[in-house]
Order: sequence, then structure tokens, then C-alpha cells
Amino acid sequence: MLKYANPTYFLRLTAAVLPWLWGATLLTLCLGLYMTFVMAPADYQQGETVRIMYIHVPAAWLSMFIYTVMTLSALGTLVWRHPLADASQQAAAPLGAGFTFICLVTGSFWGKPMWGTWWVWDARLTSVLVLFLIYLGLVALWNTIEEPLKAARAAAILTLVGVVNIPIIKFSVDWWNTLHQPASVLRMGGPAIHPSMLWPLLVMAVGASLLFVCLHLMAIRNEILRRRLRRLSYLAAEAADRGLEPQMEAGQ
Amino acid sequence: MSALAALFRRELRLANRAGGGGAMGVVFFLILVTITPFAIGPDLNLLARIGPAILWIAALLSTLLGLDRLFLSDYEDGSLDLLEMADTPLELVVLVKCLAHWAVTGLPLVLATPLFGLMLALDGDALWGVTASLAAGAPALTFIGAIGAALTVSLRRGGFLLAILVLPFTVPVLIFGVSAASAASGGTVPFMTPFLILCALSLVSMALAPFAAAAALRSGD
Repeated sequence: MLKYANPTYFLRLTAAVLPWLWGATLLTLCLGLYMTFVMAPADYQQGETVRIMYIHVPAAWLSMFIYTVMTLSALGTLVWRHPLADASQQAAAPLGAGFTFICLVTGSFWGKPMWGTWWVWDARLTSVLVLFLIYLGLVALWNTIEEPLKAARAAAILTLVGVVNIPIIKFSVDWWNTLHQPASVLRMGGPAIHPSMLWPLLVMAVGASLLFVCLHLMAIRNEILRRRLRRLSYLAAEAADRGLEPQMEAGQ
Repeated sequence: MSALAALFRRELRLANRAGGGGAMGVVFFLILVTITPFAIGPDLNLLARIGPAILWIAALLSTLLGLDRLFLSDYEDGSLDLLEMADTPLELVVLVKCLAHWAVTGLPLVLATPLFGLMLALDGDALWGVTASLAAGAPALTFIGAIGAALTVSLRRGGFLLAILVLPFTVPVLIFGVSAASAASGGTVPFMTPFLILCALSLVSMALAPFAAAAALRSGD
């Protein structure tokens, strides 16, 4: 485990793995979109709009999954002080905000024809909106603190505080009886959704998760390289300083 | 213990002698209550209906306004470093500073609430309910805000960021605070149900937030 956590080894490993991962992502997403738009039946009540589900639900799952990834990385930052955990946290925050945004927007498009409104202040919708705001706050915190080590520790603390929201989102549809429907895939007693709709949904969920993994790994790589560049430019500036001083003394 | 008592007295003295302390928060509270009828019109029935919500939002924003001062002046003059190095645990120091901050800024808001409630046409039960809910919920706002204040203390122009970080976490307090205040003036829910949850939120944040805020202060070094 420690061997894989070495940034240089991580860069080599991900460089080898990423092309395959991208290939798998594209294949799965193509298959998923084909199943979504061609194979999956229209709903007898909702008609064609039910196809929004194949984007909406994976994005919603990922919005919570990414926060979990960020929480584990935050623990890595606070407990092991590991630079890779810092980079993983930093890379996950904008991605999480993106998937949460997709979830909110597609949900809104789905809500307009089905519920007759773009937005309701229902427990599930509101808690996901709060999750989105927490993601944006984390991104703002990362952008504001210049020193990466300090930023990582500050973001880790805020991430751990914000984790209370995840169970609230997950169980909001069970605790409060509101407009958003309760869970129909991950529930006791098996999925309450017909296999002809469940399979496209699962394929799309795998595709979206693979997409996240690819983007996340690439963002971590960029972050590692960015930090090296930062370090190198400091060293170069120092060296230039040292190189300059004797000349100035010679001039005097 | 005496160190903590001395710290508490120091905080009160500093707040009273420098910068007006809690009075500014109350004035801001009054201004927020005053401008709302300009925005929604002076209909007393409407004001009475949404009065508890107005008072809660005004209290939330007033608390937020004073929060950046919680650690900032100590950070600027270096006494925060001394507090961090002292034998007294930083968590307890944060707890005492928050309690003092609440006594200086939160308590005056609670005391002013009945008066401002009258301006929003709240009657006996509603007035009593919103005051009680603010008294129970205001400590939670201070303690949750302390985490944000500790995270942003070393940043230049951290005030904006502080609001963005803290406000999402105050949503539960606002929900139960307003529902307790509305329940007092008649409703389907008994007053004690949301009120006790509000008390629980205050106690939990009082128990947990000092640890997060102390960790955030240490991470700033």
C-alpha cells in the first residue's frame, strides 16, 4: 500500500493504467447510452422522460460517493499527513461539485414534467443542495489558501464536519415523507424496479463511476505535477538568487 | 480552572473596551428587522406570520457578522500563539472564548428579540416562543461559526469565505429554531419537540465544535 502511495510510483502506475481505464469508460458509457436511449422501454406513466433517470441517478450516487472518497482522503491527510491524500481531496472537490450540479439540474428537468415544478423545498432536494454548497465552500477554501499543506488540513477538517450531511441525504426520503420517491434500487427486499430499466441504470452507474475515477486520477496527477513545478520554481528562484549575489558583490 | 476564568474575564473586558462589542450586533439586528418591512410591505398580518423567520435570519446574520473577530484580533497581536502554547488545552480555550463571545454578542440579541418582535406584530405566545428558541439555538450558531472562524483566521479577507463555509451548516439550527418559534404560536407540532432538538443541537455543537476549531487553529501554523 505504501509503495503505491509514493507519488513517483503513483505517476508511473496511473500513466500505464489510464489509457485502459479511459477505454473501459468510453465503452461502458457508449453501451449505457445505447441501452438508455434505444433498449430501455419508456415508462407507462412517465413516457420518454423516464430516460432522465439514467443520468440523474448515477450522478446522485456519485455526488455522495465522491464525498465519501473525500472523507477517506481527509482522514489520510489528518492521520498520515500523506501528500497523495491531499491531492486526492483537492482533486475530488470540483468533481463532486460537478456531479452534484448535474444531479440537481437533471432532477429539475425531470421534476418539471412529472411534478409540475422546477424545484420544491423537499428534504432530499434541499439536503443535496446543501451538499452542493458544501462542495463549493471547499473549492473556495482550496482556492483561498495558497500554501498546499495548510489548505489540505483546513479542507480536511471542514470535510469531516460536513460528513454529517451524507446520512441525512441518504435517509431523508425515509425520515421525511416528501415528494421525492424513496430508494428503489438499494433497499431491503431487493430492487423495486423492472430489470429492463435496472440494467441500463447499473451500466450507466458503472460508466459514470469509471468516468469519475479517470478524471480523479488525472486531476491527482496534475496536482502532483503542479506541486513539483511549484517546488522547482522555488528552487530555481533560490539558485538564481545565489547566482546573482556574487555578481553584485563583484560589481561593487 | 482559574486560567479559564481569567481568559473569560479578559474576553469580556476586551469586548467592552474595544470596538463596541455586542452593541454593534444588536444595531445590525435592528437594521435587518427594519429593512424587511420595506422589502415585503408593512402588512401586519403577513409580518406576524413570517416574523419568527425574519428574527431568526436576522439573528443568524448578526452572529455571522461578529464571528470573524472571534480569533482574529488574538491572531494579529500574537496572543493566539501564546494560548496555543499554554498548558491549558486549546479545546477548552476555544470553548471559553466561544462562551464569552456568545455572552457578548448572542445574549444581547436574545434580550433584544422581544422588543423587535413587537415591531413585527408578534403577540404573547409567538414572542415568548421566538425568544426561547433563539436563547436555545444561538449558542449552536456561535459554536458552528467558531469552526469557520478558526479555518479562516489566517486568511486575508476571510470574511466572505467564512459566510460561505458556515451558512450551510447552520441549516438544521434554522429549521428547528423557526419550527419551534412557529409551534409556540399554534400549530400541529407541540412546542417541546423542535425545542428539545434545538437544545440538543446546541449541546452537541458545544461538545464537538471546540475540537474541530482547535484542530483548525493548529493547522494554520
